[in-house]
Amino acid sequence: MDRRKFLKSSTAALTAASTGSAPWRRAFAQAGPIKIGLLAPLTGVVASGGKEMVEGVQFYLDQTKSEIAGRKVELVIEDDASNPDTALQKARRLVEQGNCHMLIGDLLANTGLAVANYVKGTGTPYFIPIIAADDLTQRQRIKNVIRVAGYSASAFTHPFGDWARKQGYKKIATISQDYTFGHEQCGGFAQVFTEGGGEIVQQFWHPLNTADFSPYLGQLADLKVDAIFAMETGADATRFIRQYASFGLKGKIPLLGAMNATDQSVIRTLGEECDGIIAAAHFAEGSDNPVTQKFTREYEAKYGKIPSLYGFSMYSGIMWVAAAVEKLGGKVEDRELLIDTVLKTELTGSPLGKTVRLDSYGNPIYDVYIRKVVKRADGKYWNVPITSYPNVSQFWTYDPETYMKQPPYSRTFQGIKKT
Amino acid sequence: MTQVTPQPTAIAGMTGRAATIVLIVLALAAALPLVLSNYQVGLATEMLIFGVLAMSIDILAGFAGRTSLGHGAIFGVAGYVVVYASAQAGLPPAVAFLLGMIAATLVAVIFGLLAVRTSGVYFLLLTLALGMIVWGICLRWTQVTGGENGMRGDVRPAFLVSHRAFYWAVLAAVTVVSYAMWRFVRSPFGLTLLGIRDSESRMRSLGYNVSLHLFVGFTVSGFFAGIAGALYAMFNNFVSPSTVALAQSVEGVLMMIAGGVGTLFGGFVGAAAIIALENVVSAYTERWQMVLGVTFILIMIFAPEGIIGTLRAILTRKGR
Repeated sequence: MDRRKFLKSSTAALTAASTGSAPWRRAFAQAGPIKIGLLAPLTGVVASGGKEMVEGVQFYLDQTKSEIAGRKVELVIEDDASNPDTALQKARRLVEQGNCHMLIGDLLANTGLAVANYVKGTGTPYFIPIIAADDLTQRQRIKNVIRVAGYSASAFTHPFGDWARKQGYKKIATISQDYTFGHEQCGGFAQVFTEGGGEIVQQFWHPLNTADFSPYLGQLADLKVDAIFAMETGADATRFIRQYASFGLKGKIPLLGAMNATDQSVIRTLGEECDGIIAAAHFAEGSDNPVTQKFTREYEAKYGKIPSLYGFSMYSGIMWVAAAVEKLGGKVEDRELLIDTVLKTELTGSPLGKTVRLDSYGNPIYDVYIRKVVKRADGKYWNVPITSYPNVSQFWTYDPETYMKQPPYSRTFQGIKKT
Repeated sequence: MTQVTPQPTAIAGMTGRAATIVLIVLALAAALPLVLSNYQVGLATEMLIFGVLAMSIDILAGFAGRTSLGHGAIFGVAGYVVVYASAQAGLPPAVAFLLGMIAATLVAVIFGLLAVRTSGVYFLLLTLALGMIVWGICLRWTQVTGGENGMRGDVRPAFLVSHRAFYWAVLAAVTVVSYAMWRFVRSPFGLTLLGIRDSESRMRSLGYNVSLHLFVGFTVSGFFAGIAGALYAMFNNFVSPSTVALAQSVEGVLMMIAGGVGTLFGGFVGAAAIIALENVVSAYTERWQMVLGVTFILIMIFAPEGIIGTLRAILTRKGR
């Protein structure tokens, strides 16, 4: 028997012994605090989103007095600086020096992918409520990386493409930031829309941080399309929506957005320009669901702003993990068991107001809202659901195996059906 | 390293005292993993790797009087090639490593051909622009480089997976590389570079081919940066555009300046100081970059020759 085998079998024996004697196990489980490593970009290009991520987690921990399953929670926050190299270094620090039982967080896909590649080697559970990179729960799935309360990029644009087709739109042009997150969201939309008989007339890809959209808007205006799909995040989204209105396109050509284009983090700073934009998402802060309303009200009272995707996702993500840890009686030391339990746990009581479960790839199955930006009584804008698609899988209606055989969405592969 | 020259007092070109110091430092460095935690061993590995990058920049800045802002790109290209060769093309780690070094050297040749015609701020700008081109390619050539998301893979060979084993391997490599660099700058060729730094026109009138010397100097320096980059890719198992970005070049230059321009081994001190600072300060405040900035200003005011440079000055003053 070699060393590794010996270790395995002896751990198995120990685990078996410990399950046999429950009181001992409980005593062991409550030994110290549950250490959770939170990675968020507190500096760098997406710092504002990073701060809301931290708020979301703290909001939950405040409500539960920082206790899960009778054990204290110790939250260790590290700044990933919006940079994958830094994220990797901080993840190492949290796992190897901080002895964190699990990691949660990161915002940019490249930071999340770097950390995911690292935890693949260490086996540390890593939860990604914000990272949307499709392949992390599809073609390159890592078992201990779970997208609790997150979404894969193309998951919501699939039903959105279907909805757009059912509105009678025949010709649509897309404009998007030129990086993977944009390629994936546009790809999901384009594939379902064209398979439903629609036509993607043209696709524009612009670099991140485009200051002036007039060259694109000029061309978009001339295309004579029925609607425009815009995949924008952050400051680009703000600028695009402003310039869309000042170009006189608002009200003339319907504007459809990726969910992040009309997220609170964007429309918070906007006025009338954002009125009426349609987007698809799992969360709509203006929903009339009482649970959602309560969350939005309390969050607003505490932080003085309507919760964005970042706050909501991290809040629900940590809630999901906490529910699993409760089930385990606080025994987070057993990583395999923790991962299996999270995968089997259903999220109840989240701001979504309904039960959510994970598919067998570690990605949640949501009811997807088609939501519209409208003005609230106090003059602020928010997203209100107009219709919904129940139980949407990240693979839409396709068979997972077949779906994963097609290449991942990229600039060159948008899933557009050839006619 | 054990090559002994005829004189009894000189070991591998070093005086007896210097050789003793080097041996002690090496022994201490080799013993580090026995006392440090896993994470700290990782940091130490990173310090060694970035030390080599800073030294490679110092070959040009300190000995040829030309500060390059393109070395981060050369460093990153090696990383990209190593990850691509092992993860996408499925080549063994040693071959991937070799290809990474070759690629970096080729990039350095191209950079060198274009950049040696200039000096001063023009050299700075040209290398910056060349570095930006490489960054742009890595960002936009998605099919090969993975674009914004970069590339991942298990690059490290199985026997180097543990932090300690990898640290010792890096230490061994870095020792050889540092020795080579040290011999290089003290060779007649290195002295010619020094001459060029001090007076280009004089060297030219003495009959030296200045451009050729600078070109070879640049290529050699790029080769060393490439070794650092290949090691870094193995360390992270990951590479992304931020590895080739301008910030990477600037960080290398800052490490060199903090350690001391023209001191060569100052690179290690600078790298150690900056990486340690980054990691210690960021544990206390999210404004760690500000602290880093202030530290640089203080270094520039009170130790303009860098940490090693200033120490050396103090020691010689005392010795008198």
